[in-house]
Amino acid sequence: MIRYSVEEEYKGIISAYEKAGGDKRALQSKDVAKLVIHENRVLANDGVKGLKINTEETDSGVRVNFTVEKGTKVARPVHLCFGLLPKEGLQEIIMKVDAQDNSEVSVVAHCIFPNAVKVIHKMDADINIGANAKFDYKETHYHGEDGGIEVIPKAKVKVGKGGVWQSTFSLSQGLVGRLDYDFEVFCQEKAVAELVVKVYGRGSDDIKILEKIHLDGRGARGMAKSRLVLSDKARAEVRGETYGNAPYARGHVDCIELVNGTEAVARAIPIVEVTVDTAKVTHEAAIGSIDRKQVETLMARGLDENEAVDVIVRGILKS
Amino acid sequence: MLVVENLQLKLNGNSIINGLDLHVGKAEIHGILGENGTGKTTLANLIMGTNNYRPTGGRIIFEGEDIAELSISERAKKGITLAWQEPARVEGLTVKDYLSLSSKNGRADQIERYLLMVGMEPKQYMDRDIDATLSGGERKRIEMASVLAMHPKLAILDEPDSGIDIVALPLLLNGIIEMNKQGSSVLLITHSEQVTEIAHRVSVLCAGKIINSGAPLETSQWFKNNCLTCPHINEPAH
Repeated sequence: MIRYSVEEEYKGIISAYEKAGGDKRALQSKDVAKLVIHENRVLANDGVKGLKINTEETDSGVRVNFTVEKGTKVARPVHLCFGLLPKEGLQEIIMKVDAQDNSEVSVVAHCIFPNAVKVIHKMDADINIGANAKFDYKETHYHGEDGGIEVIPKAKVKVGKGGVWQSTFSLSQGLVGRLDYDFEVFCQEKAVAELVVKVYGRGSDDIKILEKIHLDGRGARGMAKSRLVLSDKARAEVRGETYGNAPYARGHVDCIELVNGTEAVARAIPIVEVTVDTAKVTHEAAIGSIDRKQVETLMARGLDENEAVDVIVRGILKS
Repeated sequence: MLVVENLQLKLNGNSIINGLDLHVGKAEIHGILGENGTGKTTLANLIMGTNNYRPTGGRIIFEGEDIAELSISERAKKGITLAWQEPARVEGLTVKDYLSLSSKNGRADQIERYLLMVGMEPKQYMDRDIDATLSGGERKRIEMASVLAMHPKLAILDEPDSGIDIVALPLLLNGIIEMNKQGSSVLLITHSEQVTEIAHRVSVLCAGKIINSGAPLETSQWFKNNCLTCPHINEPAH
């Protein structure tokens, strides 16, 4: 494996971060909390008042303890950048998040693997959202066009009374490779969970999504939303599960998969279960094709068919 | 500019377009009047190449070249565009982005101007998606603005007035006149005689064939006297 100097690594990862849509200025600002990890090396780690990021490098990745102290409201989004520039490698991020009572934070994560031919990126997160705390997590992936990558993000999230967990996972740049996304959230009284996944699968991408929400506390609310577009020979299976286990819990599973062409395969499995008579959980799942009239509308403005499909797909994944 | 010769389309054994001849000159607004089901939208689709329609006979000549086998994009790149009677809605695509991709230069001030030309306040619409949250009339006016942004050589407008309120209609018609003044030819498909008043020539379509052609007022009157009262819609022999 080619080894990079720390300086080269930092330059390379920041350059890839910019290409992936990240804001380089945010990583250079002293006022912004950030964590930059390349392979198993921590290249930057800055907290801000009330936010501590502790790291420990391991053989295959990094352990991260992310703590937002009680009552802290972090003014600007925290930027995380995880990446691996060589063609081959393994990166395991083991993350423990403790957002303490009444805290608020927004986290923007970019995961960058532009050259991956045989890369595995794993994230195993144990996340605790305190009472009335609010945590917003947006993770965007940037992959190359080889598709030689396995992405395995797994998280267990506990949301305390009145707390809010919102997460959005986006993978629409480059080939997905193999994705095995598994997020499970447990909501206590009046807690809120929103899980959103947006993926554009092409080539021979293999995608598995599991969004699972347990509404265990009275008046807890949850939504598991997924938007997938599949082209070529990509395959996807999306499971959205929501369990209404407490009085007046409200949940919704919303899955839309669009297939472009005749060889891609989409499957949706919504599971809703209610064990208390005042709880209500609904679901909608739709699998269809890209609307031909939309494509023709854009072609009549001069776009080629592939460009038109691309504009439509980006729109679907944006909304 | 556009010459359609003996155009024919048969679908499932039925003649939909039946030996249609049409000439649209450079910088001409040519109105097509016809009752429902006479083939107006089919004609638009055949010229643009949309809806997988390909002629089963005849020719469609644009600037001297037969375009019948070209793709929609290729026709658009030659300067032809179509505004649908019921335009598509695209989730996640903003008005600004939609007009930018239609426009050659994509400048924001230009895009704002096109919206103003169809009576829409840019600040109110630029960042909205062209999705189901727009009313039918709003979506139609945005479609018209996107055609204006494209500066086409030939704009095919399929019933641009349907779903448009009486306040917005004059703005829309002014937009068409302005586009024409800048050199665009317009094929203006409608069943409203009022709309054809802005045309230089009008043709009447029945059973997939042009059955009369001439000056707007005279032809509209002829349409009114002969077609609106005709009990044999799509049977021109009567």
